Amino acid sequence: MNIVTRPKDLLLYEGADWNFDTLMRIHDACEEVAGRELGLDWYPNRIEVISAEQMLDAYASTGLPLFYRHWSFGKHFAQHEALYRKGLRGLAYEIVINSDPCVSYVMEENTATMQALVIAHAAFGHNHFFKNNELFRQWTDAKGILDYLEFGRGYVQSCEEQHGEMAVERVLDSAHALMNYGVHRHRRRAPDLMSEQKRERERREHDEQMFNVLWSTLPEKAAQPTARGEEERRRALLQLPQENLLYFLEKSAPRLAPWQREILRIVRNVAQYFYPQRQTKMMNEGCATYTHHRILNRLHQQGRISDGAMLEVLHSHSSVIMQPDFDDPRYSGMNPYALGFAMMEDIERICREPTEEDRAWFPDFAGCGDPMPVLRHGWAEFRDESFILQFLSPALMRKLRLFHILDDSAQPVLRVDAMHDERGYRRLRRALARQYDPAWTDPDIQVVDVDLGGDRKLILEHRVVHGRLLEEQEARQVLRHLASLWSYDVLLREVDPASGASLREHAVSPPR
Amino acid sequence: MQILDRRLNPSGKSLPNRQRFLRRAKSLVQEAVRDASAKRDIRSADEGGEVSIPLHGIREPSFHLGSGGIRDHVLPGNKEYREGDEIARPPGGGGGGGGSEGAPDGGGEDAFRFVLSREEFLSLFLDDLELPDMAKRRLVDGADPAWHRAGYSVSGSPANLSLPRTMRNSLSRRIALRRPKPEEVQALEEEIAALEGKPEHAERVLELRAELERQLLRTRRIPYIDPIDVRYRRFEPVPKPVAQAVMFCLMDVSGSMTEDMKDLAKRFYTLLYIFLQRRYKHVEIVFIRHTHEASEVDEETFFHSRETGGTLVSTALEEMRKVVADRYPPSEWNIYAAQASDGDNAAGDSQKTARLLVDTILPACQYYAYIEVGREGEHGIPGFPRGPTDLWRTYEALVNAGAPLAMKKVRHRREIFPVFRELFAKRGVTEGASA
Repeated sequence: MNIVTRPKDLLLYEGADWNFDTLMRIHDACEEVAGRELGLDWYPNRIEVISAEQMLDAYASTGLPLFYRHWSFGKHFAQHEALYRKGLRGLAYEIVINSDPCVSYVMEENTATMQALVIAHAAFGHNHFFKNNELFRQWTDAKGILDYLEFGRGYVQSCEEQHGEMAVERVLDSAHALMNYGVHRHRRRAPDLMSEQKRERERREHDEQMFNVLWSTLPEKAAQPTARGEEERRRALLQLPQENLLYFLEKSAPRLAPWQREILRIVRNVAQYFYPQRQTKMMNEGCATYTHHRILNRLHQQGRISDGAMLEVLHSHSSVIMQPDFDDPRYSGMNPYALGFAMMEDIERICREPTEEDRAWFPDFAGCGDPMPVLRHGWAEFRDESFILQFLSPALMRKLRLFHILDDSAQPVLRVDAMHDERGYRRLRRALARQYDPAWTDPDIQVVDVDLGGDRKLILEHRVVHGRLLEEQEARQVLRHLASLWSYDVLLREVDPASGASLREHAVSPPR
Repeated sequence: MQILDRRLNPSGKSLPNRQRFLRRAKSLVQEAVRDASAKRDIRSADEGGEVSIPLHGIREPSFHLGSGGIRDHVLPGNKEYREGDEIARPPGGGGGGGGSEGAPDGGGEDAFRFVLSREEFLSLFLDDLELPDMAKRRLVDGADPAWHRAGYSVSGSPANLSLPRTMRNSLSRRIALRRPKPEEVQALEEEIAALEGKPEHAERVLELRAELERQLLRTRRIPYIDPIDVRYRRFEPVPKPVAQAVMFCLMDVSGSMTEDMKDLAKRFYTLLYIFLQRRYKHVEIVFIRHTHEASEVDEETFFHSRETGGTLVSTALEEMRKVVADRYPPSEWNIYAAQASDGDNAAGDSQKTARLLVDTILPACQYYAYIEVGREGEHGIPGFPRGPTDLWRTYEALVNAGAPLAMKKVRHRREIFPVFRELFAKRGVTEGASA
């Protein structure tokens, strides 16, 4: 490398202070690198400067700028605030919202260098991921989300005025308890969040004419032989089995008022909006971290940020991607930033200077020279689970010294099932991928039947995997919420899918 | 690309959520507040602070897996393990942590700690307390006036511009001065356009043109809106009646009152002051101390200087009567009095005290509380049986006769809060006197 003289005026900023012009210059510089060198594709950016209190606000409502009102957000705010005030926890430097335009919140306390880091990380890294990843494209509506949240907030408020805060709170409490089960995992209706308001009106009119099998008072036919067919028909009518509990309640709970159904729908839509985030956390952070790393290094090389600033960047960067070992007291699971960034760098390495092993494992891109097309393809088409299955290399498994432990509560000891060696790579990779698969980590609970002939008891099934039963206390509390929405008895059966045997049952009656 | 500065947005966006949260956890928080306030120094009783409430009351439940069954953990940082190695289960179950944590809130935590502001703390603390009779209101000098609408004026700030009134004036002026309407001008123009080019109407066209010229000139001369049309909404300051209170602190400072007793009394006064301040805009305090004679003093002297002499309670009441007559006419002031004493009174003064109280003081007061302070464990000293004190007996007789008087005994700091709460509990203030 020849020595480049670095005239001062190339620098985007000096020192720690910044103003809006600085932010603008930083953004434009990052944009140049992100576009020309990395070939990223992003939503238009909107950068909002906020104070610490506003950051706490955003924390409390899971990062969304406007949300309906609920006590639980107040609780989270109080909790974060207490920790922050005592200095036990710092605040995030940024929050980014998957919307079009993409909104990034940056804190006013950040130094100029931190702002550069944050802009490269959020406004380009996350932004690119949001816009291109298949999951986000399929499940979320970036254009409509802010409008929808606005609608949701207004709707909940008008319900509070009409029906009282307490009544609304009860519905929201119950809906929140079931929020993780308010997601369609497989089917996808075209998103149409913009017209929710109109749809809500139509629903009310439609409801008046709707036929609900639950209310059917026609005498049942005496013919017994058709019982089997009868059950099939009933299940088909109620769209059973149904894993989206909130959807089921919204459509079929017999005694909910229209506004209560609408609230369930709002909660469900918000849950759906967050569903991709949970599944792509590691990749998303990896993508953003890799992006800021590339951009800032390039800016430094071009002499646009000073050596001192670069040191600050490296300091933050390395603390973000720190992965303590499993026996370290600081260990609290896999750091998504660390794993994500390591995988992205590993892919870059495989593209640029592959070993024989890499060529054997990744024949289709090892040694291709340019990592960006491979990465962009990966970021667009995969989620954490499949990304690991596809791209985690033996070299990286060795580097991280991963090993797999099998914990069978029937055995007195833990067993090391696989480690980073020839025999273990594939099993290790599969086991790690599973940890990122919600279908594997979340209990699989579905509505299977409604006892229409008798007391309208709602029957759910938890298909137990590997003998892992639900935590009983909490499960009962959730079921109580479920029962209060359903208004009749609820039975949750935990069954062993192989034998069909019932392992445990929880029965709950609605509160009177 | 856009950069927005949100820092100036109104803060407290999450306030409604916080209020909902506090309402939801009210009983828990209230309990915590009382616990906290019992522990802390009374001088800081009106500050906010951290409270901790049990987590179970505000848990947000969700389905998650319990322990047991077969689990997988993939962990980084292998040092010596080989495939097939067996590892003793770490104590506490967890199995090396990772992958399977349950609740995002951390299931193990059993208390939820957060910070209450001063306002929140007090309103929770004083929530079910009530001031008896706080009805008297009057106009005070220097109080914030309320602004009332009072017609229109020709000057004012643009924000107060009254559009309807301005337009009405403009319209009537335009009609009065016969400003041509746009339709009329347009009609003329159309007529000219229709007739133009037809030689037979040449004369008429000329006429029309002249007319049009005149109309346009007139339009220009008579403005659509003239400064004289403009009207502003006018506001007038109206003094607002303010509820104001005066609090009399009466205390026996004779030799028998120890510093400890004074401290107890002071704590009670502080609480009362905080309480009054929350309900009234203006609260004044008058300190009257007495031995065998009484005088009005400042706070410092009241609590800290020592006096010697006998004890004549009636002198304090007499002094209070004088101050009330001088400065705080009962028709305008809400008068609260709290008397603290160890119960001693000179023999023969009781009659006079009772008479003063019933005849002049009580009718003027909204509330009169008597706190009898004593030493800790006093009633337990063998060979020194203490029946009710002179003053207690005197007051008890009054209460039994139906006088609106509240009385309580306090022997220890920790009793101050309960006693205060009892004295001001909603409804049934005077019934509290039977203890």
